[in-house]
Amino acid sequence: MMKNENLVHYIYGIADNALILGQRLSELCGHGPSLETDIALTNMALDLLGQTRSYYQYAAQLLGDGKTEDDIAYLRIERQYKNVLLVEQPNKHFGYVITRQFFYDVFHLLLLQELQNSKDETLSAIAKKGIKEVSYHQRFSSDWMKRLGDGTEESRKKTQEAINDLWKFTDELFHMTEDDKQVFEAEIGVDVTTLKQLYNQRVKEVLEEATLTIPEIKWFQKGGKQGIHSEHMGYLLSDLQYMQRTYPNMKW
Amino acid sequence: MKNWPLWEVFVRSKNGLEHRHFGSLHAADAEMALENARDVYTRRNEGVSIWVVESKNITASNPEHGGELFEPAQDKVYRHPTFYDLPDEVKHM
Amino acid sequence: MSEKEIKNLEEIFEQRIARDEKIEPKDWMPEKYRKTHIRQISQHAHSEIVGMLPEGNWITRAPSLRRKVALLAKVQDEAGHGLYLYSACETLGISRDELYEQLHTGKAKYSSIFNYPTITWADIGAIGWLVDGAAIINQVPLCSTSYGPYARAMIRVCKEESFHQRQGYEIMIKLAKGSPEQKEMAQDALNRWWWPSLMMLGPTDAESVHTEQSMKWKLKRKTNDELRQQFIDQTVPQADLIGLTMPDPDLKWNEETGHYDFGDIDWDEFWQVVKGHGPCNEERLSARVNAWEEGEWVRDAAMAYAKKQEEKKLKKAI
Repeated sequence: MMKNENLVHYIYGIADNALILGQRLSELCGHGPSLETDIALTNMALDLLGQTRSYYQYAAQLLGDGKTEDDIAYLRIERQYKNVLLVEQPNKHFGYVITRQFFYDVFHLLLLQELQNSKDETLSAIAKKGIKEVSYHQRFSSDWMKRLGDGTEESRKKTQEAINDLWKFTDELFHMTEDDKQVFEAEIGVDVTTLKQLYNQRVKEVLEEATLTIPEIKWFQKGGKQGIHSEHMGYLLSDLQYMQRTYPNMKW
Repeated sequence: MKNWPLWEVFVRSKNGLEHRHFGSLHAADAEMALENARDVYTRRNEGVSIWVVESKNITASNPEHGGELFEPAQDKVYRHPTFYDLPDEVKHM
Repeated sequence: MSEKEIKNLEEIFEQRIARDEKIEPKDWMPEKYRKTHIRQISQHAHSEIVGMLPEGNWITRAPSLRRKVALLAKVQDEAGHGLYLYSACETLGISRDELYEQLHTGKAKYSSIFNYPTITWADIGAIGWLVDGAAIINQVPLCSTSYGPYARAMIRVCKEESFHQRQGYEIMIKLAKGSPEQKEMAQDALNRWWWPSLMMLGPTDAESVHTEQSMKWKLKRKTNDELRQQFIDQTVPQADLIGLTMPDPDLKWNEETGHYDFGDIDWDEFWQVVKGHGPCNEERLSARVNAWEEGEWVRDAAMAYAKKQEEKKLKKAI
C-alpha cells in the first residue's frame, strides 16, 4: 500500500530534477554565447523552476506539517535530494549544457506524457501544463544538438566529448525506487522502465541527424535517486542554500 | 567566421489582428530566428503567431523619393467618403 | 554635396525635430547625429548587459524560490533590453559585433554603477529600488526622443521595466521589517548604493559636455541636476516609509524650494570609476569578454550548420 511518504518522495524525485537543472541553467544567465541564446536558456530555467514550485507546493500540502516550498527546496540535507546524477553535472561548456538538456528533455517529455494520466489530479494538472513547456525544451535542445554536431569540426568534437561523458548518467532515469514502485502501484506514478526503448530511439534519431554517436558503455552511473550524489552536488547546494542556512528562520 | 545575420520579427498579438513589426534579432537560420523571436519578443504572452524574415531580404523605399512616392496621393480627396455631399436624411452610407 | 547644401539639409533636419517629427533609419541625418546616437544607444545597451552581472551574481543564491524566479526574469529582461537597444543601434549602420568590439576593448563606456560589487542579498533589493529607480527617471523621457528606433525600443523597455523597481523595493521592505540582522543588511546596502545611484544621473550640469546638443535632439529633456533632484525627492520618502536612513547628514527638506537639499557628491570617486578604477571594472569586462570568446565556437557551429542546410536544400531543388 502506498503511504503518504511514498508519494512525497516520488514528487521530490521529479521536482528535484527540475530544481537542480533549473539551478544549473540559471548559473549561465549573463554568460551565454549570444544574447538570444542567453534569453532562451533563462526561459527554460524559469519553466523548470515554475514546475518545481508547483510540485513542492503540493508536497508541502501532503506533508501537512507547516513546511513550505522553500523549506523543501532549501532545507534538506544532500542525501535527501532525489534528483538524478545527470542534472547536477556542471556547465563545462555549451556542448555539455545542450547535451545534458537534450538527454533530460527527451526523458522529461515522455515522463510527463505518462504522468498526465495519473489518478492524482494535481500531478496530472502539473504534467499537462509542463508538457507544453517541455515540448519546446526538447525542440530547442534537439535543434542545438544538430547545429553543434553537424556544425564545425570543433563543435562536433566538443559535443561528442560531452555525449561520451554524460551518456553514462542516462540509465538512471529509468530506475524505479521503492517509492516509485509504490506510487506506480497506486496508479499515480509512472513506470519509467517502460519509457526506455522509446527514449533510446528518440535520442538515436536526433544524434544520427547530428552526425553524433552514442558511446558503447558497459557500466552506467547511478545513485542520485537514492540521494548519493556526485561531488558537484555539495557545491551546488551550498550556493542554493546559502541564505537559508546563514540566516535561519527568516522571511525574504 | 561570419556572424549571425539580422532578422526582422513580426508578431500577431491575437487572432484577428495583423502581424506587426516588433523588432529584430540575430540568428544563424530561420528556425533559430523563430525560436529566438519566441523567447525574446513573446515572453509576456504578446503573441500567437510569428513571422521572421532576414533583414537583407527586405526592400525599402528611399526616403529621398518620399515626395514623388507619397505626396501625389495627398490631393486625391475624392478617394475619401467625406468628399461627397449627401442630404442629412441619409444617415448611414 | 557642397557645404551649402549640407547646411541647408541640416537646417531642414533640425526643423523636423523641432516639430516633433521622428527621424527614421534611412532618412538623411547629420553625421554628428548618427555618431552621437550610436554612442548613446550603444552605451545604454552595454549598460543593460553589463548590468546583468552584479545581479546575476545572486541568482543561484536567492533566498526563496519566489525571489529566484523574479530575479531570473528581471536579469533576463535586461538581456532583452540590451538586445532591443543593440538592434536600434544597428539601424544606424553599425553591427552588433562592432559594438561588442568597442565594449570589449574598453573603447565604449557603460554605466559605472555596475562596477560596484553585490556583496549581500540586500544589494539586489537596493539595485532594483535605487538603480532601476534612477534608470527609469533617465529613460522615461527617451520614449519620445527624436530617433524612431530608439524611441520605440525605449517604450518597450519602460513598459517591461515597471516590475523591476517594485521587485527591488519589495525586497527592501521585507528586510526592513525583518529581523535586526536583516534590517542592518538593508541599511548597509542603502549606505553603499545611495551615492553611486546619485552619480548615475550623470555629472553636474556645469561639467556635462553633451547636454545642450542632446536637449535639441531630445536625447535629453531635463538636465542631469534636475533629474537627480527628481530622483532624490521621490526616493527619500520611500526610505522613510520603511524606516531606512539615507547616508547623508546634510539631507533635509527645504520648505522654500519644495525640494530636498543634499550633501556634496564625491565626484572624484565617480571619475575614478569611470576611468576604470572601480572595484569590479576588470571583472565585469572580463566576464563579458569570456562569454563572447567562449561562445565563438558555438556561433560558428550554428553558421556552418545553417550553410550546410541551405546547400542541401539547393541540391534537392536541382
